[in-house]
Amino acid sequence: MNIFDILGPVMVGPSSSHTAGAVRIGNISRRLLGDKPVKAEIYLHGSFALTGVGHGTDKAIIAGLLGMETDNMRIPESFEIAVKEGLEYSIGTVNLKEAHPNSVLLKLKGEGGRELEIIASSVGGGRINVEEIDGIKTQFSGDYPTLVVHNEDRPGHVAQVTSALSHHGINIATLKLFRDKRGGYAVMIAETDQPIPENVVKWIERSEGVIKVTYINV
Amino acid sequence: MGFVSVKEMLELSNEKQKEIWELVYEDDYNERNVSRQNSWEKMRGMWYAMKASSENYDGKIRSHSGLSGGNGLKMREYGEKCISGSFMGSVMAEAISVAESNACMKCIVAAPTAGSCGVLPAVLIPYVKKYNTEEDKIIKGLYTSAAFGQIIAQRAFIAGAAGGCQAEIGSASAMAAAMLVYLQGGSGEQSANAMAFALKSLLGLVCDPVAGLVEVPCVKRNVIGAVNAVTSADMAMAGIKSVIPPDEVIDAMREVGLSMPAALRETGEGGLAATPTGVRIAENMPKLGDM
Repeated sequence: MNIFDILGPVMVGPSSSHTAGAVRIGNISRRLLGDKPVKAEIYLHGSFALTGVGHGTDKAIIAGLLGMETDNMRIPESFEIAVKEGLEYSIGTVNLKEAHPNSVLLKLKGEGGRELEIIASSVGGGRINVEEIDGIKTQFSGDYPTLVVHNEDRPGHVAQVTSALSHHGINIATLKLFRDKRGGYAVMIAETDQPIPENVVKWIERSEGVIKVTYINV
Repeated sequence: MGFVSVKEMLELSNEKQKEIWELVYEDDYNERNVSRQNSWEKMRGMWYAMKASSENYDGKIRSHSGLSGGNGLKMREYGEKCISGSFMGSVMAEAISVAESNACMKCIVAAPTAGSCGVLPAVLIPYVKKYNTEEDKIIKGLYTSAAFGQIIAQRAFIAGAAGGCQAEIGSASAMAAAMLVYLQGGSGEQSANAMAFALKSLLGLVCDPVAGLVEVPCVKRNVIGAVNAVTSADMAMAGIKSVIPPDEVIDAMREVGLSMPAALRETGEGGLAATPTGVRIAENMPKLGDM
């Protein structure tokens, strides 16, 4: 834990898990969507559902979806700002089985038509975990530059991506693979030590068998 | 990264003839692979944000639940009349004000958590006013507080959900006590003793937020955290030593936290939250769908 996890972050209150973490979830979801969100269905689970109103969890997630960071003084006004910026949203509750108590399910639609379904949890001190993307288990924190590649489950995709990264001198810190079934829909998550240039992300996106690529660097 | 014990940190400080703040400052910019200036400016930013969290306090606003707001203003107005004197009066007023700002969705510095955000600014702001402390010294003081906070996080915990309020207000108080000793010109060992006094005095404090919100009793517990930091620092400066070594005190806090039932660890199911009034407040809270 670095000293600025102890002294910091600078944040809008009242809770690092229920407010700051919720802003980060919204913010990372916007980046994962890779598009300006125009529609958001928000479903709060567990403690988020029970104490979310009092902690401003609902406002915080919307603020994050609008691109705000944890210290933005306009977080309390995010509902009004969403209306002005053309983000149509709804907030409800859900019971996600065996999920972390501070979890949320987001169904997002972007201006350009991109869609994304994400389950994320706030695990304490403002740190978060992206648990699921489009129904596939993921598990990453967003603390590192993160590349998420959705592809058909066929041989060679991992080599394609890792060699593209190594060509550009990018070191992979962690690499995780998930799929729904053999030969089905697969997701690859690479956390890297260096940021990935846009042209590399574009190149991977154009590779055969790749369905969708999202990249975040917070 | 960082130190795993106070003993190790003090030994290295003696061996290298460097103060505690310098050790963690160097460790931070090396570990994060940033410039010296980046680390220093980031810490300066924390101090400015703490000051702003106090200056931006608005005694007229209330939290969404209606449970918090206005008491910081009452305490600021009462100030001079305080039984414990005007310095302690300011400490109390700042602790309530910053914690109320947090409850009202204003900007604060989590130190170490949002729930305990009032403790450090509550001792630092009146101290700086009283002693006219130079800014560089304040920043060094903040590094000192973070050094002890990091060891507590490493050996025990700093989240109420993990170890009760002793882990939040207790840790904040311990960090503030160590910082005050540094600012007063005390040794690293005296800082460590102050940290131990502060933590010992709040050992066993449970996390029992009414309706699960960071408001009751959290706002007022920031006061005891801040006041306890001042008295702990004074005891250490007087030359009093902790019989139980600082590392063992941290370990005791961990043991106590681990043996706390879940109802007393931020779930809002025990302690004050479970009193008839606490339960009634929780039942009347606005919920999703009532908006």
